[in-house]
Amino acid sequence: MAAADLSARTVSAARGLWLPLAVLALAGLVALGMSLSVGSASVAPEALWAVLRGEGDALSRTLILELRLPRSLSAFAVGGLLAVAGALMQVLLRNPLADPYVLGLSGGAAVGALAAMLAGLGGAVISGSAFAGAFLSTLLVFGLAHGTGSWTPARLLLTGVVIAAGWGAVITLMLALSPADRLPGMLYWLMGDLAYARAPWPPLALLAAVCLLLIPAGRSLNVLARGPLQAAALGVNVRPLEWGIYLAASALTAMAVTTAGSIGFVGLVVPHMLRLVLGNDQRLILPACALAGGTLLVVADTFARTMIAPEQLPVGVITALLGVPTFLYLLYRSR
Amino acid sequence: MSRLEMRDLVIDVPGRDDGRALSLTLAPGQVWGVLGPNGAGKTTLLHTLAGLRLPRRGELLLDGRPLTELGRRNVARALGLVFQDSQDGFPATVRETALIGRHPWLSPWQMEGGEDLRLAEAALERLDVAHLAERLVSTLSGGERQRLAIATVLTQGPTIWLADEPTNHLDLHHQTAVMALLAEQAAAGHAVMMCLHDLNLAARWCDHLLLLYPDGEACWGPRHMMLETRALERLYGQRLATAEIDGAPVFVPAR
Repeated sequence: MAAADLSARTVSAARGLWLPLAVLALAGLVALGMSLSVGSASVAPEALWAVLRGEGDALSRTLILELRLPRSLSAFAVGGLLAVAGALMQVLLRNPLADPYVLGLSGGAAVGALAAMLAGLGGAVISGSAFAGAFLSTLLVFGLAHGTGSWTPARLLLTGVVIAAGWGAVITLMLALSPADRLPGMLYWLMGDLAYARAPWPPLALLAAVCLLLIPAGRSLNVLARGPLQAAALGVNVRPLEWGIYLAASALTAMAVTTAGSIGFVGLVVPHMLRLVLGNDQRLILPACALAGGTLLVVADTFARTMIAPEQLPVGVITALLGVPTFLYLLYRSR
Repeated sequence: MSRLEMRDLVIDVPGRDDGRALSLTLAPGQVWGVLGPNGAGKTTLLHTLAGLRLPRRGELLLDGRPLTELGRRNVARALGLVFQDSQDGFPATVRETALIGRHPWLSPWQMEGGEDLRLAEAALERLDVAHLAERLVSTLSGGERQRLAIATVLTQGPTIWLADEPTNHLDLHHQTAVMALLAEQAAAGHAVMMCLHDLNLAARWCDHLLLLYPDGEACWGPRHMMLETRALERLYGQRLATAEIDGAPVFVPAR
């Protein structure tokens, strides 16, 4: 084969990384713009543009900058966090069914956060406690499902589902014991709801940081996806990398849950769709998951806000409507 | 060129006594065959030599330095392992699979370049799977997968080859082609050690043999000393009939 042909293909491979990311970034911007203009009072595109430039009337400014923008950006961040966490766990387990919600990580994080809140603690303690809960969940699921051999899908899923159910019961218990006036605000830990998300910057910063950190690890993840022995034989330090993924997936999930409660299935649907279209190079899939997961959740949350307006649905309902059929399809196909 | 030295090495086969410790050197230009019945520890030995599992005791030196001190990446540059069976992870094409052989040679920030792609294409060509380059690995036959696994290690370009039953699933022509490839590697100054079930391939292509018995006993040496019919019969618990073809002994199980 001619050398020119080969180098042309390499160049096109590098371009192949940027084109999908550019398209997804554009989709994300469009979704964000739509989510800002749609709602109980719609805002025309020109008015939206004026507000974003720092002009426009006071009412529109309040509506967009103080009400819709934090919520939309939070939705984007949470969707990205969950999709990247899901994609990472799928590499770790070499199983497309892995997802932070299905495997109980979200549940663990919710219990951790709720426990800190009930104890009257706030701020960083809630985040730390959510991270501890997610990490404990990861350890439980992987420790119990691993056994001596490799992770079999059935064993892994059963372990994850049982642990998720256990966390669900603990959350219900905590809700039953908490004062009635705090119930509506706390229920969102169970359902996943962005109505209380007011601080989009910490999750966005974490998402960006993790995506940057994952760039140099991308090829190692590709090799790890072929099994730990093969990866070790090709020079990957498997243990440290696996622990890194555990910790990253737990941190991403914990941050998502402290922002918006436990939203399900984003980590399952988004990586699956992207792998169908873009292949399995983690160097492309992980940043693509951040963008597409964010876009999906922004769109889903816009639906949740507007479908039966003025009532609002928790966004977890929408993602579950998308996720449950996807999950069942994957499970059916994996036999 | 690298050499791999075993000093009083005892591989860790669960529930088995230590048996005889291995003290031998895999030197440049040598082709070692490892023979033994099922469960004798052939795969465990190769995985131990590749540093994928720890020995029960003893030392393993790569060019005089303990393998455990070298770091995985350096080990992977010197030492390639053909696995007995490959796990199916996510869907991947044949070309992508061969390209992962370049992993130990690239820095974390580097993408695979034209030279890497050229090496992978050449390896696929050499193993007669280049026409499958765009196919998904999951759609290949057993023999095609085996050749792809060998092509991946060829792309990796190690100076020590460890091959776990490299002729698994291969038809007669490709068995010979693969053995010729490994002999060629040895002729280029690389060292080769492979587990084999076929005594006749071992008798024809290996210059040194290591016999592993299920109780942990072992013996090794140059081929002509090891191809004792009595020792081989005891190894497999099977009576053998022998003949000579083209100057090499041929072993057939007797009824």
